[in-house]
Formats: sequence, C-alpha cells, structure tokens
Amino acid sequence: MSTSSNSDSANELLIHDLATDLVPVRRLRPPSMRALTWLAVVAAVAIMLAVIGDLSALGHRLSAAPDMWLSVTGSTLTAILAAIAAFQLSLPDTRRIWALLPLPAALLWIVASGVGCLRTWFVPGTHAADLSEARDCLIFIVGLAVPLSALLIIMLRRAYTLQPKLTALIAGLASAAAAATLLNFFHPFDAAATDLAVHVFAVAIVIGANWGFNGRLLATNFSTQ
Amino acid sequence: MMAISIDFASEGTIFGPDLACFHGRRRGPNSIAGAEITRQVMTKIVSDDPAAGADRRWSALMVAAQAGDGAAYQALLRDCIPLIKAIARRRGVVADRIDDVVQDVLLTIHRARQAYDPDRSFTAWLSVIADRRAIDLIRRTRRQAQREVYAPLAFENHVDEAANPSRSIAVVGMRGVVTRAVETLPARQREAVQRLVLEERSLPDAAAVTRRSKGSLKVNLHRALKALRDRIESWE
Repeated sequence: MSTSSNSDSANELLIHDLATDLVPVRRLRPPSMRALTWLAVVAAVAIMLAVIGDLSALGHRLSAAPDMWLSVTGSTLTAILAAIAAFQLSLPDTRRIWALLPLPAALLWIVASGVGCLRTWFVPGTHAADLSEARDCLIFIVGLAVPLSALLIIMLRRAYTLQPKLTALIAGLASAAAAATLLNFFHPFDAAATDLAVHVFAVAIVIGANWGFNGRLLATNFSTQ
Repeated sequence: MMAISIDFASEGTIFGPDLACFHGRRRGPNSIAGAEITRQVMTKIVSDDPAAGADRRWSALMVAAQAGDGAAYQALLRDCIPLIKAIARRRGVVADRIDDVVQDVLLTIHRARQAYDPDRSFTAWLSVIADRRAIDLIRRTRRQAQREVYAPLAFENHVDEAANPSRSIAVVGMRGVVTRAVETLPARQREAVQRLVLEERSLPDAAAVTRRSKGSLKVNLHRALKALRDRIESWE
C-alpha cells in the first residue's frame, strides 16, 4: 500500500514539475510540408548549380542515352521520398515501416546506375571517369551532403523521435541522394566501375556519418524542456 | 477514430464517469487560448461514446497545453496514467517497473508535445508512445540483467586506477565557485544536483532518498545544469 502511494506521489511530483513554468510551443506543421521546405532548399541549390553547371553536356547526355533519365529519376525520387520518410519518423508515434518508403526509388537508382556502368564496358568510345574525376565526385557528394544533412537534422530535432538512429539513417539517405542528383550537373558521362564505386562509397560515408553522429544528436533532443 | 486494442475491462477507471460525459469538438490550430479551451471542454455536450468523448477531451487538453496552460496539462497527464499502466502491463512489464514506464512516457509527452496534431486521436498517439517506452524498458532491463551483477563488496574493494590526488588541488579552487552557484538554485534543482552529482548517487538511489520520481530528478538536474552553466559563465 505504501509502495503504491509512494509511486503515486512520485508521479504526481513529476507532473507538477513538468507543468510548472510550462512554456507554449509552436505546433509542428505536417511532415510532408516540412519535407517540402527542405526540398525547396535543395531545389534552390540546384538552381544555383545549374547556372554554373554544364547544362548542354547534361542535355546531350540525357538525349543520347535516355535510360540515364532512370538513374536521375531514381536519385531524385530517393531524395524526395527519404526526406518525407525522415520527417515522418521524427514523430514519436510513427511506424518504422515508413523507413521503407524510399526503397523502390533507391533500387531504381542503383539498378539504373549499374546499367550505365555496364555501358562503359560494352559501348566503344564511351567516356569513363578517371581517378581524379572520381575523387572530385567523392568531394562533391560529401561536401554538399554535409550542409544538407545539417539542415535536415536541425529541422528534425524540432520534433522528438523515438527511433533516432533509423531517422538519422534515412535523413542521410535523403542528403546523399540529393547530393548525387545535383552531381549530374557536373558529371556528363556514365559512371564507370571505379566511379560508381566512389559514388557508392560517398553515399555510404554520408549515411554512415548520419547514422552514427546525427543519430546521437537526435537521441539527445531536449529542445523543448 | 482509431481502434485501440487495450484491455479496458481491467482498467475500469481509464475513461471514468468524469471523462465519459464530456464531448470536446476539435478546433483548428491556435483558435482558442489555453485556459479558454479547458473551460469550454468542461462544458461540452454529453457524448454517446465514452471513449470518443474522452479522446476529444484529451485532445483539447493537449491543445491547451501546447498553448501553455499548465492546469490543463496537469489534468491531462494525470488522466493518461491509467492507460499507460494498462499498456505497460499488457506488454509484460513487471509490476515494480510500471511506474518507470509511466514516468518515461510523461517525459516523452512533455518533450514531444509540439509534435501532437489535434486532427489525430490523442489516445492513439499516447498508446504508440506508451507501447514503445514499455518495449524500451523491457529491452533495457534484459540488457542490464545480462551484463551486470550485484556485488557490493567487489565494488567497494575495486581500486580506482584513474585516481589522481594532485588533481584534487586544482579542483579546490573551482569548487567554491560551483558551491556558490549551486546555492543559488531553486530547492528541487539543488536537491537533484546534491544527490546525483555531488553525492554521486544512482538515479534509483537518489529517487528513494528524496522520495521523488526518477523523471522528476532528471528534469530538475537538466534544468539545474543549464542554470549553473549560465551562472558560472556570467561570473567569469
């Protein structure tokens, strides 16, 4: 009996502490709207890069090999769907199944990139990236994904996820896919095997860093206390 | 209204008569100030469906809490406890840890309150959080049981290889500053710092000594550390 009353009074004290000096909070907008905000920033970056990027080479590339659209479509859709999934997962009551939302688009991206890679082997005269170009790809993807990830994590921390690692992993996928999509402005050729390996490595670095570092940031979210 | 598979028969007071007779209609975001919402909720028409009525009432109380209404927030958190306990029990949490789940869930509601959307069922929102927190506690308990043993004598006899007596001289100067800063804290925050930091007690131990909940101690410690950091920085 006394144990029960002790726990009741402990709960009552906690409730009192939480309600004391309660500050008003601004309600979060729906996850899709918040994802749109982040995607709008990505679109703004895309417009800036398009101004300085090699658009004619990109147009030539896409008209010469229409299947390359699939790779670009895959990475773009992966970025959009992963961003929506990340904002959904940032809510405490969301099911983990949302993490699968970007999976079909990611598969399309991987398969289409693989097809492009095969073309460099079988079609004579196809330009393949050398090692220095592959290094530039790595720097571009990681360099662009870092600020995009940082912005995404800041936005995700406004909510309160109960699945911080998974949310951060999907956020990493969104950032990496967005950076890989924007790379197309400066990458007017198919990814050869080494180049593709570098892309995969860069995307893996971004996702892994998000999972490890940003997962902890989301787990220690006390912003509303 | 989302169906919730809770054994309500075993929790007869979850939607007790005081909750069941109110039917709170949902409002758009920020349409009414917090205290006004609470007053209006209390005067709503009688509902045919007690669970739906209670859910609407909770939802309205949460909207008021989001607007900063502490009284509505206290009422809401108190009302939530039976449902949280029922969910923890259904998940298989042992009886003496159910209040840990309750306190974890209350803290989660507090930290996530800006994420609640009043267009959705509050009961469903709360149930998912309670379910997750119950699973977290079960996993944590299993992990602890696998890697920890209760051996007070071995603990007392263990030599601290990191101990450095000369370090304590440098610490003495700083201690005075910290002590002065701690003295300026409100009583509950001072108590949390005293028990958890200065006396290096574990959370359950400090909770037992102070007769406060672990959640309350955590909240107060967090607030105290923030206040201490601000004060010491302002003195430097």
